[in-house]
Amino acid sequence: MALPNKPLGELPAVVNPEIVEHTCDVLIVGGGMAACGTAFEIKKWADDSLKILLVDKASMERSGAVAQGLSAINTYIGDNPIENYVKMVRNDLMGVVREDLIYDLGRHVDESVKLFEEWGLPIWKLDADGNNLDGAKPAPTLRQGGKPVRTGKWQIMINGESYKCIVAEPAKTALGEENCLERVFIVKMLLDKNKENTIAGAVGFSTRENKVHVFKCKTAMVACGGAVNIFRPRSTGEGKGRAWYPVWNAGSTYTMCAQVGATLTMMENRFTPARFKDGYGPVGAWFLLFKAKVQNGLGEFYANSDAVKGELEKFMPYGASAVTPTCLRNHLMLNELKAGRGPIYMATDVALNAFVDAKKAGGMAEADVKKFWKHLESEAWEDFLDMSVGQAGLWAGMNIEPEKIGSEIMPTEPYMLGSHSGCCGIWVSGPQEDWVPTVDGPRSHQYKWGYNRMTTVNGLFTAGDGVGASGHKFSSGSHAEGRICAKMMVKYCRDNAGFTPELAQTAQELADEIYAPVKLYQQHVGASTAANVNPNYCKPAGIMMRLMKATDEYGGGVATYYMTSGKLLNICLDLLKMLREDAAKMAAGDLHELMRAWENYHRIWCVEAHIRHIEFRQESRYPGFYYRSDFPTVDDANWKCFVNSTFDPKSKEWKCEKVKCINIVETEPWI
Amino acid sequence: MPSYVDPSKCDGCKGGDKTACMYICPNDLMVLNVEEMKAYNQEPDACWECYSCVKICPQGAIAVRGYDDFVPMGGQVHPMRSSDSIMWTVKFRNGNMKRFKFPIRTTAEGAANAYVGQKGANLDDECLLLESNLPTPKK
Repeated sequence: MALPNKPLGELPAVVNPEIVEHTCDVLIVGGGMAACGTAFEIKKWADDSLKILLVDKASMERSGAVAQGLSAINTYIGDNPIENYVKMVRNDLMGVVREDLIYDLGRHVDESVKLFEEWGLPIWKLDADGNNLDGAKPAPTLRQGGKPVRTGKWQIMINGESYKCIVAEPAKTALGEENCLERVFIVKMLLDKNKENTIAGAVGFSTRENKVHVFKCKTAMVACGGAVNIFRPRSTGEGKGRAWYPVWNAGSTYTMCAQVGATLTMMENRFTPARFKDGYGPVGAWFLLFKAKVQNGLGEFYANSDAVKGELEKFMPYGASAVTPTCLRNHLMLNELKAGRGPIYMATDVALNAFVDAKKAGGMAEADVKKFWKHLESEAWEDFLDMSVGQAGLWAGMNIEPEKIGSEIMPTEPYMLGSHSGCCGIWVSGPQEDWVPTVDGPRSHQYKWGYNRMTTVNGLFTAGDGVGASGHKFSSGSHAEGRICAKMMVKYCRDNAGFTPELAQTAQELADEIYAPVKLYQQHVGASTAANVNPNYCKPAGIMMRLMKATDEYGGGVATYYMTSGKLLNICLDLLKMLREDAAKMAAGDLHELMRAWENYHRIWCVEAHIRHIEFRQESRYPGFYYRSDFPTVDDANWKCFVNSTFDPKSKEWKCEKVKCINIVETEPWI
Repeated sequence: MPSYVDPSKCDGCKGGDKTACMYICPNDLMVLNVEEMKAYNQEPDACWECYSCVKICPQGAIAVRGYDDFVPMGGQVHPMRSSDSIMWTVKFRNGNMKRFKFPIRTTAEGAANAYVGQKGANLDDECLLLESNLPTPKK
């Protein structure tokens, strides 16, 4: 047997990679829903002289958060007033949001959904009798006035196993396959050498061959999703892959934009969804389609109790909504758990049997009831099989049939994202229209500066999870936001036709930096008989566990029921500082490990911003997502404002500041 | 539920320019060992169980076994995906079986209209392709 001091994997990294240089006008970084929206839309505005490249860490057909599929499209406005959509998002996110961005998204999102249907995505419809038809049954399309199956006010049901494949196909066709570089991981955005605060390119590497790719561009969009595996997950063995959000989202969007000076906003926000325990299967359809309720360990349906009503009254106006904000729903659940009244169960059995009993009571013939049940059962399983197969696997392994027994639900470890029920991200310009507020001061305080969805860095755009203070976009909204960026980037190119980007570092300098973990590995691997334990370097896997331990214990993870304090946060920041220093000693023996090393750099940076923001905001804005023991309440009088932070790439210093939050949609009534 | 590869079925996609599972895995987990001409999952604790590799494998060589830190043994969920539908077989630990079939696509593969050649009207307003008369919020 050979000693275990060789690189793992199948693609060993070499010390001197080949360097490939590209020059383009527009660079799209990412391949998920947002980037596919951009790829589809951009040539509708660009003429053929514009060179456009898309660079994806994975393969567009199955990259991003929708890789596995989805069982619903969570944002479709339909007949609702867009103002009501703004009100819903504003309330769910505890009042501090960019209403201009949310409204703007609301007026574009349906067009994306109609395109998805046209491209082949099956969307459930209601027939004339109000029964659900699956998306392959003949029915009028949304464009033709077909009625989707609503679950709640904003969500529609789909047969979405192939959602991402269907959206990626026209994106690739529109941009041209030859302009899509897959399996290239962009790890740094690059500023222009001459022009202040202006994007000029990016650098990354192939995860398939030893090549560093250096890009020069006039404008770029970064849309690489949110951040996962940043807090210690509840499952720390094999199951740590079963993250609720896609495990390959490493905070790259936030870090790469922050490092070139883009202002971040609401990085204190996080999402700790309550999901089916361990399998992290979705609960939305169970609540909204099957009308299931949650029970505590005593069998009480606690959500409607007087005690709960009293608790919600502490968080006005947010607690008054008919739909309780997501964080407060968690807060109520945590109160039950902390009082020892766990576990919390989704009463799937009660919900499913109520449907069947109602049919029986209505006089439905037994054979028809049987047929009805088959359909209902199939809908219940499809919800998991479309988007969270592992939950179905857990039910299979546990012999759980949802009509016979409920399933435990539990708040997960924290995630960072801007497109779901969360709103951390990057501060961007809203549309250049009169209704968007005009504010004096630097861009970090303004609401518009000429190019919709442009960050505070000239030429740098973002979408989807990247755009902060504007949650509840989900898959469809992220696609629409990518399309917005497409048009704006073409406009930016037209307006800056004379700009020739120039990089401050040579391609060789960049390649050396990107491949530093490989050099370190090669230099020192001989110092130990086992590659993973070496006094001269650390491995990405260990650094990730160290990060997650620090955040979990000091930053308000599951270990403390999401509780932290100024004192704990500062300890966390000290630990992260040393972690960041040691991250420079990460070693990689193969290309997969080099990818993991760079993902961890990204994770550490974005978590540091998260902790810094929580520390700056002296209140608990999102009870149920996190709490500060030293400032345990929502303090609207002092903190109904954005917290924006900016890293200065020259001085390497962070600045946190309060920024005014302006309502655009009426506040009376609030909902 | 990490994916695993049955060596009796995997042919390494015959060493073609695309190893299907390696091509598709969103987390770069599936790799081909060229000497054995077999693929494997190189980092099972980073597997999201998205089933992309299982669905794409032309040999049906890939399956999933539940995460060993919380899924009791014996169950299995396995798909058969065609161009317009997917059939799932759910096998329970106690031997019970369920089968579900769902549509996945209403158009032929490759038929999605990318609107190639169509151009938007005015680069200086906020309308995207196919849009006109965008609303503004009521105060």
